[in-house]
Amino acid sequence: MNDVIVIGAGPAGVSCAKRLAENGFSVKVFDKRAEIGAPKRCGEGISESSQRLLGKIPDKCIAQKIRGARLYAPDGRYLDAILSEGGFVLERKVFDKWLAEEAVKAGATVQANTFISDLIRDSRGYFVGVKGEFLGNEFEEKAKVIVCATGAESPLRTKALGVFSKVNLVDSCIQYEMANVDVVPDLIHIYLSSVLAPRGYVWVFPKGEHRANVGLGIIPQEKKPKAYMDEFLKLHPEIGKGSILEVNAGCVPVGGMVENMVANGFVLCGEAANHVNPIHGGGIKEAVISGQMAADVITECLKKNDVSKTALSKFNELWWKERGNHLKKVEKLRETLEKLSDSDLNDLVDALKPEDIIDFTRGAKLSVLAKVLMRKPRLVSIARHLL
Amino acid sequence: MAWSINSKLCLRCGGCVSVCPTAALELRDNIVHDMALCTLCGVCAKACPVEAIKVIKQ
Repeated sequence: MNDVIVIGAGPAGVSCAKRLAENGFSVKVFDKRAEIGAPKRCGEGISESSQRLLGKIPDKCIAQKIRGARLYAPDGRYLDAILSEGGFVLERKVFDKWLAEEAVKAGATVQANTFISDLIRDSRGYFVGVKGEFLGNEFEEKAKVIVCATGAESPLRTKALGVFSKVNLVDSCIQYEMANVDVVPDLIHIYLSSVLAPRGYVWVFPKGEHRANVGLGIIPQEKKPKAYMDEFLKLHPEIGKGSILEVNAGCVPVGGMVENMVANGFVLCGEAANHVNPIHGGGIKEAVISGQMAADVITECLKKNDVSKTALSKFNELWWKERGNHLKKVEKLRETLEKLSDSDLNDLVDALKPEDIIDFTRGAKLSVLAKVLMRKPRLVSIARHLL
Repeated sequence: MAWSINSKLCLRCGGCVSVCPTAALELRDNIVHDMALCTLCGVCAKACPVEAIKVIKQ
């Protein structure tokens, strides 16, 4: 019997598994994808500071080094927010495998192409194992704790804890990886517009000189991201002239952080618990924090031989204290910005200091933003939401 | 009453799975739909990035 089974070999799952293995526990990670890291799930951006959590990211995982973000107002004017530490656009297919390999080096076992169809509970209602399938063979495997790090797109989190993403709290996204795209390569490009991308934004994340992830996320509605993307590419021939090398899609949680993430012998972490930054939809860093934190709590519980819901709920307490309350503030920022018209957004990009923008995405200095918005009497009540 | 998916449009992203409140959907090689669990609420069709899902309520 394993100490822990982790479902999902994304950044949350393998970060959790690596730490548990380092702490001396037997861990097995299952991932349903034939290739870990593929298909990629996102724009592939990450801040350099994430290396404090991950260790140094090898060069082979990095497609482009980034100095900062260029934020475009709907009227085309822009400002450059330069990061003190910079960031990377990753090659997720290489990065995710590197992360998985690090967990294996620490002593964990990882197995791709393994579909987990169900969770096993004992007569006390404790989660004690999984039912799975690997290359046509059905199997059951037992563990003291099951970690569900499947990402949002799995019914296991719903079956175990009733967790799902409310439809209005995801952004529906489409992304093309494109070649022959002309943008400044060492900045990520963010286009704001309540018309071109309602509630969300368009991103262009360069992966080298003329290659980029071009994506768009919007509030779910009848008109689909694909239709919005067509319009954006027509308006921006410097991007639209490119060729499509890869198509990705998905729904990214932009809120709805889960109050309770544990049950007897069970922990939910990463995007499966909606642990995503609600303003930009970035989830890698939150996944790693969440996975490592879950591992710390599970370590303590296994040492005390108590994996009850009560014992594991230390994870709820810790995560909400360290991340949840902070991400709630970021969610308020997202709720505020989505109420602004294109003309409001134009004025806002004009009035903001570049150095403030990075702070806003971290949930800091929101009163500065509120003050800027309050210059317009019409926006006073909207701005109060930030205070 | 009906639920249908156009497999030519579907990108197998699992966005529909993430918003389903009753765990009626699952992403395997394709999207698998369990009519016994489905309430035809339609959030999957709304969330889908490419108009692959049709839900008809009557």
